[in-house]
Amino acid sequence: MRLTTASGRRLVAGIPILWLLVLFLVPFIIVFRISFSEVRLAIPPYTPLLTWRHGSPVLQLHWSAYRFLFTDPLYISSYLYSLKVAAVSTLCCLGLGYPMAYAIARSDAASRPVLLMLIVLPFWTSFLLRVYAWIGLLKNNGVINNVLMYLGVIHHPLALLQTDFAVYIGIVYSYLPFMILPLYANLEKHDGTLLEAAADLGARPLRAFVRVTLPQSFAGIVAGALLVFIPAVGEYVIPTLLGRTDQIMIGRVLSDEFFENRDWPVASAVAIVILLLLVVPIMLFQRLERRELEAAR
Amino acid sequence: MNAIPAAADPDSAYVRIANLTKRFGDFVAVDDVSLDIRRGEIFCLLGGSGSGKTTLLRMLAGFELPSAGTIRIDGADMSAIPPYERPVNMMFQSYALFPHMSVEKNVAFGLEQEGLGREQIRRQVGEILDIVKMGGFGARKPHQLSGGQRQRVALARALVKRPKLLLLDEPLAALDRKLREHTQFELINIQQRLGVTFIVVTHDQEEAMTLGSRLGVMNHGRIAQIGTPSDIYESPATRFVADFIGSVNMFEGRVSDDGADGLRIDCTELGCTVRAPRTASCTRGATVWTAIRPEKINISRQPPAAAGQPGPAENAVRGTVREIAYMGDMSVYLVQIDSGSMMRVTLPNVMRGAERPIAREESVWLSWHGSSPVVLTE
Repeated sequence: MRLTTASGRRLVAGIPILWLLVLFLVPFIIVFRISFSEVRLAIPPYTPLLTWRHGSPVLQLHWSAYRFLFTDPLYISSYLYSLKVAAVSTLCCLGLGYPMAYAIARSDAASRPVLLMLIVLPFWTSFLLRVYAWIGLLKNNGVINNVLMYLGVIHHPLALLQTDFAVYIGIVYSYLPFMILPLYANLEKHDGTLLEAAADLGARPLRAFVRVTLPQSFAGIVAGALLVFIPAVGEYVIPTLLGRTDQIMIGRVLSDEFFENRDWPVASAVAIVILLLLVVPIMLFQRLERRELEAAR
Repeated sequence: MNAIPAAADPDSAYVRIANLTKRFGDFVAVDDVSLDIRRGEIFCLLGGSGSGKTTLLRMLAGFELPSAGTIRIDGADMSAIPPYERPVNMMFQSYALFPHMSVEKNVAFGLEQEGLGREQIRRQVGEILDIVKMGGFGARKPHQLSGGQRQRVALARALVKRPKLLLLDEPLAALDRKLREHTQFELINIQQRLGVTFIVVTHDQEEAMTLGSRLGVMNHGRIAQIGTPSDIYESPATRFVADFIGSVNMFEGRVSDDGADGLRIDCTELGCTVRAPRTASCTRGATVWTAIRPEKINISRQPPAAAGQPGPAENAVRGTVREIAYMGDMSVYLVQIDSGSMMRVTLPNVMRGAERPIAREESVWLSWHGSSPVVLTE
């Protein structure tokens, strides 16, 4: 009996571990290893890490891919641009998402599932299709320009497509649910009597919100911000379809290195640096979450 | 502290609640309540769940707006005053401490809203924490405190602004019995020291009796009776109050004589004539209820002296002990009297290991003094 429970437990814990091992850790190691190679015209298109010389293995670590990232301004500017786009989009999502999450959490219990359903509803359509739809809205003879011209607000079409603005719209539109849902989950648990206590002690509604609700929803804000920020940094589809042509994001750089330049070591190095950039906020988040769990106990 | 003791001016109404009504849709939670509360007293609102006591308290705090009626505190009409501008603070049943703030920050919150200087806030917070004996805990977070400590912090937070009126919603409900008894007296102590007027809402009659200088018993949104704890216990005004406070043996009867020496009531349910003190509203022939508290009944093997006389017995019945519950400090006897009804009798266990205690199924006499029964008409 005891044996079966123990092995059952091992099986349950083992499946996700195996999953992460095979589909995350192993690919990561492969990419990490390729980033220390040099490109060559062969199959595979990079130099091996180990070579045999006089019967003994010799480790060949090449830093050229990383060196290249910091010498060509394209990479640095793409990284900075990606961080900027992700940061601005995250702030926009927070500004839009917080009031929405708050409103859903404060609405009566009967209408909450409906409102949440409306938040999740866009996922029923393909992501690619929804981004394409924005082209139809934003292009020079698209819906927005046509309506504005018809109303006489403008006489020449506004250049909306292939701008930063279009990228922000695309990212905020696509990732808003990832901001709203964790915020809602947090705000929904708040104890209403705390706000009454704040009012009772002399705090006006806005002050009570700033001193009581906002600090308590901090974990929800961080969770939502990371869920938007992390994928936004590496976003490929939205800037490619809606964004500028003179300034590309790092996700596009990565794909170009792989598929256009066939420079796997540089592409891998790009991926590793993105990961390093994102590890810091993720670790901060995990520390916060642990503290939150301890406080809840 | 320049609080005026309650005794100095007993007629002044510090808090005046007039014709207060609160409706939630069709449900009337508070129904035309009028109530005066004196300065510096502890007034307890006692009632079961759904009696409207908490709604009344929330209207005093400003969380609910009355459907009709007015609340005046120290002469000022509160109708249009939002909670954050009322001279009233509340201690919540759940304590409602801010979980992300330290004890000090929790207590300082109210003072910060007044825009006091940092040094003054620090001093006042220190003072009140010392009063509730939480002086060394200022840096702790609420989740690092025990239930009793949280209760003290909640009290300190509500008192630090020196409100004109402190509302306490079931202040001791979350504490275990031993701590509750201890805290009751401490609460009275602190109240007397600071002179703040307290209104306590509770469903626990023992708590209400110990804490309150006066009680208001609520039922179905109305005040059933207002009085001192002994008024309410010894002279309940209605059957509801008699039954709600403590336990009581209640029997229907008919007034057969209302002479100068008292009432004579025929109780068929009880199987004897009850003699009781005169009450103004009883006349011959009226249907009344006699209520006798279990501790005011004497239980004996021998017939009481008066029962030996011929004719129907007065204030005495025979019965058989059906059940005995030993509670330590006292014993509860359930006696089936000869008419078939059950009566509850409590007896203090004065002696340790009494010689020959009354046993189950033993035949006994129950008797009581002529002043003990309370005659109720409604």
